[in-house]
Amino acid sequence: MNKSTRPSPIKVQNLSMRYHHKPVLTDVSFEIPEGKTIAIVGPNGAGKSTLLKGIMGLEPLIEGNVSFFGEPLAQKRLSTAYVPQREEIDWDFPISVLDVVLMGRHGQLKLWQRPGKLDNEIAEQALKDLKMWDFRDRQISQLSGGQQQRVFLARALAQQANLYLMDEPFAGVDVATEKAIIELFKTLKAQGKTIVCVHHDLNTVGEYFDWIVFINARLVAAGPVEEVLTKENLQKTYGGRLSLLNDLTEEMYRTRLNQAHDSD
Amino acid sequence: MEHFTLLNPINPASTWQLLIEFWQFNDMNVLWVLIGSILLGISASVIGSFAFLRRRSLIGDALAHAALPGVMMAFILFQTRDPLVMFLGAVTSSFIGFFIIDWLPKNTKIKPDAALAITLSFFFALGLMLLSFIQGMEVENKSGLDKILFGQAAAMTQDDINLLMVVTSFILISVVLFFQKFRLIAFNASFARSLGIAVNRYELLLALLIVMSVVVGLQLVGVVLMAAVLLTPVATARLWSDQLKNILLLAGAVGALSAIISTQISYLAPAMPTGPWMVVSLSTLFFLSLLFAPKNGLIKRYLQQQQLRQKVAEENILRTLYKLWERTQFEQNDFSITDIQGLRAMHTLDLRKTLKLLCRKQMLKESAHGFRLTDMGLEQATQLTRRHRLWENYLNEHLELSPDQVHSQAERIEHILTLEQEKQLEEELKDSRQDPHGNLIPNAKKTKTPAHPSKQARSLSS
Amino acid sequence: MNDIWIIATASLVAISSALVGVFLILRRQALMGDAISHSVLLGIVLAYLITDSRSLTVMLIGAVFIGLLTAWLSDTLHKVGKLQSDASIGIVFTLFFAIGVILVSLYAGQVDLDQECVLYGEIAFVPFDTIIWGSTENGVDIGPRAFWAIGIVFLIVLTSIVVGFERLKTVTFHPSLALSLGINVVFWHYFLMTLVSMTTVASFDAVGAILVVALLVIPASSAYLVASSLKSMLWIAAAYGQASVLIGYAMAFWLDSSISASIAVMAGLLMLITIIVLEVQKKVFGKQVKAALKAS
Repeated sequence: MNKSTRPSPIKVQNLSMRYHHKPVLTDVSFEIPEGKTIAIVGPNGAGKSTLLKGIMGLEPLIEGNVSFFGEPLAQKRLSTAYVPQREEIDWDFPISVLDVVLMGRHGQLKLWQRPGKLDNEIAEQALKDLKMWDFRDRQISQLSGGQQQRVFLARALAQQANLYLMDEPFAGVDVATEKAIIELFKTLKAQGKTIVCVHHDLNTVGEYFDWIVFINARLVAAGPVEEVLTKENLQKTYGGRLSLLNDLTEEMYRTRLNQAHDSD
Repeated sequence: MEHFTLLNPINPASTWQLLIEFWQFNDMNVLWVLIGSILLGISASVIGSFAFLRRRSLIGDALAHAALPGVMMAFILFQTRDPLVMFLGAVTSSFIGFFIIDWLPKNTKIKPDAALAITLSFFFALGLMLLSFIQGMEVENKSGLDKILFGQAAAMTQDDINLLMVVTSFILISVVLFFQKFRLIAFNASFARSLGIAVNRYELLLALLIVMSVVVGLQLVGVVLMAAVLLTPVATARLWSDQLKNILLLAGAVGALSAIISTQISYLAPAMPTGPWMVVSLSTLFFLSLLFAPKNGLIKRYLQQQQLRQKVAEENILRTLYKLWERTQFEQNDFSITDIQGLRAMHTLDLRKTLKLLCRKQMLKESAHGFRLTDMGLEQATQLTRRHRLWENYLNEHLELSPDQVHSQAERIEHILTLEQEKQLEEELKDSRQDPHGNLIPNAKKTKTPAHPSKQARSLSS
Repeated sequence: MNDIWIIATASLVAISSALVGVFLILRRQALMGDAISHSVLLGIVLAYLITDSRSLTVMLIGAVFIGLLTAWLSDTLHKVGKLQSDASIGIVFTLFFAIGVILVSLYAGQVDLDQECVLYGEIAFVPFDTIIWGSTENGVDIGPRAFWAIGIVFLIVLTSIVVGFERLKTVTFHPSLALSLGINVVFWHYFLMTLVSMTTVASFDAVGAILVVALLVIPASSAYLVASSLKSMLWIAAAYGQASVLIGYAMAFWLDSSISASIAVMAGLLMLITIIVLEVQKKVFGKQVKAALKAS
C-alpha cells in the first residue's frame, strides 16, 4: 500500500476536535497514498470540513498529530494548497479574478515583495487551465457560483503544490465547472499530485475518486474504493447508531473530564 | 501622584452627612430623581435585553448618538427647552437613524457593523455642528444643552422627571403586555411569521420602544454611555439564568441598583457627570458576576474542575487496586504505594493525599501491609471495572480501533457512565463476558466469579 | 497662515483615518474602531497622570497600550465569557471611557483636557499650541503640536501599508487562506489595532474621539461602494477624506460652526451623494436593459 520511498502525503494520528462541547471528531487516524484522488465522505455535520480545517491547522485540535510527507505542516506549506468553501468569502470585496489567483503565489513571497513576472505567468496558466482567463479583470462579485469555484481552484493551482485539499469543490456548481474540475483532477494525477476532497455526493464518489475515507465523528473506514465502498461501511457511516457514543463524548467535554483525567 | 490634587477631597464626615441627608429625602427633588433613574435603569435594561437577544447589542449606542441632532433641531426651530418638545425631536432623529441602519445593509454593499458606525458618527457630528451653531446664536436658554453628552442628574427639572416617569412606565407596560410576542420574535422571527403574526409591526414597536428608552435616558446618562445601560445589565443577567423572564427581571434589578448607586454619587459630587458612574457600577456588577455567578461564573467553573479532578483520581485508584487484586488471583489484598504506581503513573504526593481521602471515606483500609479495599470500596471498584470493560467491548464492536485506543478512551468514559447507560450497554452487547483484552467483566453483583487462570494477563495494557 | 495649519492638520487626520478605515471596513471591524477611539481617552489620561508628561511619545504609548488592551479584553470576554462579540466590545469600551471621563473630571484643570474637548476637539485652537525646537530663547517655532503628531503617525501608517500591502490584502480578504499559507494572522490583527490607536490619539487634539470614528468609517465606506481593487479603494478613500476636509472647512466658515463637526458631516454628505448617484445609475441601467430586451 505504501510507496516505500516517500512518506505519505498526509498521516493523521489520534486527531480529536470539537466545537464548544460537541465532539466533532474523536481519535481519528489514517494515512493516505500519494498520487491518488481521495474523498472524505460522511453525513452532514459529521466533521468532514472540520477534519480538513484541523489538518490544515486552521482550527485547533484537542489532541492528535498530523504530518505531511513525514514532516509538520510548517515545513511543508509550499507543498500544500487549500481550497475552502465558497461561503467564507465576502464576495463584495473589491478585487479582480486575476488578483485572487495571484494571491496563491504568496507562499513564495517575502513580506514586502510584490508578485513578479514569473508569478503572473503562473497565474495566467492556471486561469487558462480552468478556462477563466477571459474573466481575469472581472470583479469577483460579478461571477456565478461555478465561476467562483474555478477561480479558487486556479488559485490553488497557482500555488504549484504537491498536495491539494479541497472542501466540497463540487457543491452547487454547473455542469461545465464539474467537467473542468474532473479534467483538472486527471491532469494533476498525471503529474503525480495528490488530491483530497470533502465530497457530499455518494452517487459520484466511486466514479471521481480512487480512495474513500468514511467519517462520522469517528473514522469508520479508509481505503481504496473497491474495498471500502460497501453496504456495511455505508450503514456504519450513515446509519446513526452511535448516539450513545456521541452523548458520552459530549458529556466528557462538557464536564472537561478529559482535562481532569489527563493532567495526572 | 502627589502633584495632582483631587478637586473636592473626600471628607469622611461630610460624606456620611450627605449620605444620611440623601436617604432622608429632605430634598424632594432628590427623591424624584432617584425614582426616575430607577425607572430608567429598569426600562432600559429590559428593552435592551431584547436588542441583545436579536444580536444588535450596540444599536443603543448608535441610536443615542442619532438623537443629538433632533434635540438641537427642536431647539432651533421652537426655541424652547420644554422636555416634550426635546423628546419628540430626539425620537424623530433617532428613528431616522434606525431606519438608515436598517436600509444601508439591505440596499448597498455596506455591512451592518459599518452601517452602525456610520450612522452613529454622522448624526453625532450633525448634532455637534448644530450645537456649535446654537452657541453662536443670540437666544436664551441655550446653556446646558451640552449636559446631554455625559448626563447630569442635577440638571434635571421637575418637567424632565415627569416625562421620564411617563415614558419609562409606558415602556415597561408595553413589554409586559407584549412579552410573549416579543419573545417569540426575538427567538425565531421566521417561525413567528409562518404563524401569521404581523412580525413587522411588532419589530417596529420594539424599535420605537428602544428609541424612546434611549432618548429619555440621555439626560441622566448622556449620549456617549447610554449604550452601556442597555447592554451591560442583560449581559450580567445571562450569567445567572437561562430563562428569559428571569433574565429580564435580573437585568431590571441590575439597572435599578446601578441607578441608585450613581444617583447617590451624583448627589455627593454634583460637579461630576452622572453617566460614567452608572457605567462603572454596571460594569462592576458584570465583572463580579462573571467571577462569582453560581452557574457560569469563572470561580465556580474552576472549583468544579478541581472537584472533578479529585473524583477522577479517586476512581482511578480504586480501579487500580481491583486490578492488582485480580492479578494475584484474588489472593493478596494489601498493596503498597509502589505497587499502585507500577500500574498507574501518579505523583507520590497526590497519590498519598488521595489514598488518605479514600480511607476517610471508608473505601480503603490502611494497615502495616499496605492499602486494601473495604467492602464499600470493592463495590465501587467492581462497578467501575465493569463499566470500563463493557465500554471497551462496545467501542470494539462499532468502530475500528486498536486495543490501545479502546483502552485509553474507556479510561475516560468510565467515570461518567451512569447505571442506566450501563444497562443499555449490556443489552446491546448481548451478554459478553470478556473485554477485548481478554479480561473478565465482573458481574453486577458484589460477588466475584473466579477467573480462568489462562485468561489472566494476556495483555499488558489493561 | 493659521488656516493653512488647520487645513493641513485636518487633511492628515482625514487621510490617515481613511487609510486605516479601509481595513476596518473590509474586516467588518468598524465597531472595534469605534471602541478603540473611545478607549484611548483613558490611555491618554493614565499616561499623563503617571508620567506627568504631555509628550507625544508618552501619549502614543499610552494610547497603543489601552487600544490593544481593549481589543484583547473584548476578544477574551467573547471567548471565555461566552458573550456575543459586539456585546463584549460594548462592555469594555464603555467602561474604559467612563473611567477616563471620571479621572478627567476628578483632576479637572490639571490634566489639560476637558470632557467636551476630548469628545469633539477644537481644531481652531491647534495653530496656537506650537512646538519650540531648541531653547526657549532662540528656538525655532516649527508649527503646531497636533500637526506634527498626526504627521508622524501618517508616515507610520503610510509606510506600514506600503510595505505590508500584499500581506494585508491576503489577511483582509481571506484570513483562512492566509493562515494556511503560514501567515501570522493574529499579528496582523493586532498590528492594525495599533495603527488605529495611534491614528485616534494623534487626531484627538484636532477632531476629538467621536469625529475620528466618522473619518475612520465614512470615507472608507464611500470608497467601498465604488472601488474595484484594494489599491484603488485606498486612494479613493483618501480622496473622499481630503474632499471632506476642504469642503467641510468652507462650510464651517460659511455657517460659523465647529470645523471638525462640519468636516465629519461633509464626509457623510459625500457618501449620501455617492449612494444617490449609484441608485440612479441602477435604475437607469435597469431601464436600458428592459428597453433592450423589448427591442430584441
